[in-house]
Amino acid sequence: MPFDPLLPPVSIAQEDAVAGLGARGAGSLLRDRAFVLALMLLTSIGLIVLGVLLVTTGIDGIPQINLDFITNFPSAFPERAGIQSAIWGTLWLMGVVAVVIVPLGVATALYLEEYADRTKWWNRAIEVNIQNLAAVPSIVYGILGLAYIVRGPLSLGRTVLAGGLTLSLVVLPVVIITAREAIRAVPPSIKEGALALGATHWQAIWRQILPSSIPGIATGVILSLSRAIGETAPLILVGAATFVAFNPTGLDSPFTALPLQIFSWVSQPNSDFQAKAAAAIVVLLFILILLNAVAIWLRSRFQRRW
Amino acid sequence: MSPDDRRSDTMVKTVPEAENQHTPAVKAAVPTPVSVAAAGPHDVVDHAIARPVFETRDLAVLYGGKPAVLDVTMKIPEKEITAFIGPSGCGKSTILRCLDRMNDLIPSARVEGEVLYHGHDLYGSGVDPVQVRKRIGMVFQKPNPFPKSIYENIAFGPRVLGMKGNMDEIVETALRRASLWDDVKDRLKDNAFGMSGGQQQRLCIARALATGPDVLLMDEPCSALDPISTGRIEDLMHDLKSSVSIVIVTHNMQQAARVSDRTAFFIVDLDGGEDRRIGRLVEYGPTGRIFTNPHDTRTEEYVTGKFG
Repeated sequence: MPFDPLLPPVSIAQEDAVAGLGARGAGSLLRDRAFVLALMLLTSIGLIVLGVLLVTTGIDGIPQINLDFITNFPSAFPERAGIQSAIWGTLWLMGVVAVVIVPLGVATALYLEEYADRTKWWNRAIEVNIQNLAAVPSIVYGILGLAYIVRGPLSLGRTVLAGGLTLSLVVLPVVIITAREAIRAVPPSIKEGALALGATHWQAIWRQILPSSIPGIATGVILSLSRAIGETAPLILVGAATFVAFNPTGLDSPFTALPLQIFSWVSQPNSDFQAKAAAAIVVLLFILILLNAVAIWLRSRFQRRW
Repeated sequence: MSPDDRRSDTMVKTVPEAENQHTPAVKAAVPTPVSVAAAGPHDVVDHAIARPVFETRDLAVLYGGKPAVLDVTMKIPEKEITAFIGPSGCGKSTILRCLDRMNDLIPSARVEGEVLYHGHDLYGSGVDPVQVRKRIGMVFQKPNPFPKSIYENIAFGPRVLGMKGNMDEIVETALRRASLWDDVKDRLKDNAFGMSGGQQQRLCIARALATGPDVLLMDEPCSALDPISTGRIEDLMHDLKSSVSIVIVTHNMQQAARVSDRTAFFIVDLDGGEDRRIGRLVEYGPTGRIFTNPHDTRTEEYVTGKFG
């Protein structure tokens, strides 16, 4: 190319710039790959441990599962021991927890999202405390339940109701937090639209905001329920029995639950009972997976792109 | 207030603008914001509006104590289309939202001055904002249909207002008024989110009309729409004018020129510094005059595209 005095010297720099695009240096490429590989390895550690646990439990437990195991009551003889009363106890607990956490959780979330004036210190205090309560170990709630629900002011005794209320306390903060997120996910334009039509604040909430946030709230409630039925420590503290040879007949019945039954069988020296525990774990896991699947289905089925 | 006493005034007078530029009513601290009211005797535009649906007096809106718009005094006529134009941040939407008390939703907002609606103070004690919004409809910048069927979107307003009558008829009437009926009559049960943006906005207009409002406030209703949908909404506004008073905020000057009978031009007053942007009403009058013969040089510069 002949020298053209009219061409600005910049063109040379431009050639350099284009030339540099291809070569990024082999070193940095290698580092990138190594980093991705390291991340995959670390991810797989968690999955492998979980997988081994599930497989060994399954090997021990699945052969034990049959109709008798599901329908029998606990027994001193491993071959006759079953989990009927534990399943019914767990279902009763779930019922109590659901009835308690849905209204309390949704009402609290609505108050905090729609009415609370965040410039007031007490509203900020409530918010911070709910966040903190979500991180309190469940055994602490167990002690609370023992002191105030089983004994103390409520004195409900070692009943289904006392156990359910205690578990409700454990999961309530999480329900409130997820319900708030679901309510917040409804765009403000929906509320504005309703108010502009002459709806009252409550009508806008009841007819537009809540219906739009129900899938999110339901997902949170189901995940909280699945956490509640896996809890053991608070139930031990509130004194749920481990050997109950009858189903609960009401809120004031003594009860046992699946995790307690597992706990009690695992502590038996007889290895036949430990196989029963593995079987009960498989049943509990099955229920949990079922619940979580419903939550995932709800979320994807009703997920809205605003 | 009796609007009738002003009926005898002639509709249009020429404004002796030059003599009034420096009337003492114009506050000295501010470089001549020719507020229509402050300008005293030459505000014939005000007198020409015999039956205002809205009248604002020294209306100001403050956010967290800092003024956003100041000194807005104007009369908005009945059964006409009034456009608010001006650069971003001039407070035109803020003023619009004062007219149906939507600013109440912003806790830090404070409204000063008066807004009279058919002579009644909208911000008087004992006025329920919910009752205000039942009579004054609003359409927003982005179409905001409810995530429900087309039918339910329209029926929501009449239901919360407890309107009596055949809901099917109410829905059909509203959709016809918004010239949407022929588009959607076979899919009333379909979700409104399946409609195009322009249809969604007309659905929002139909939704606002379903409760039979006296006024329709439109906050940049076409800014998210393509030109064809915009044209349909403008046609719709012309059709509605005979039955509803319309106030529209628009960024689009051509739109204001096309659809409105009167235009109010707002400006951002930067004299307090960049962090103290204050919106002010500069000029207000018949649209034809504002665009062809503006009295204020700032209006002229804006409508001829020199700034904004």
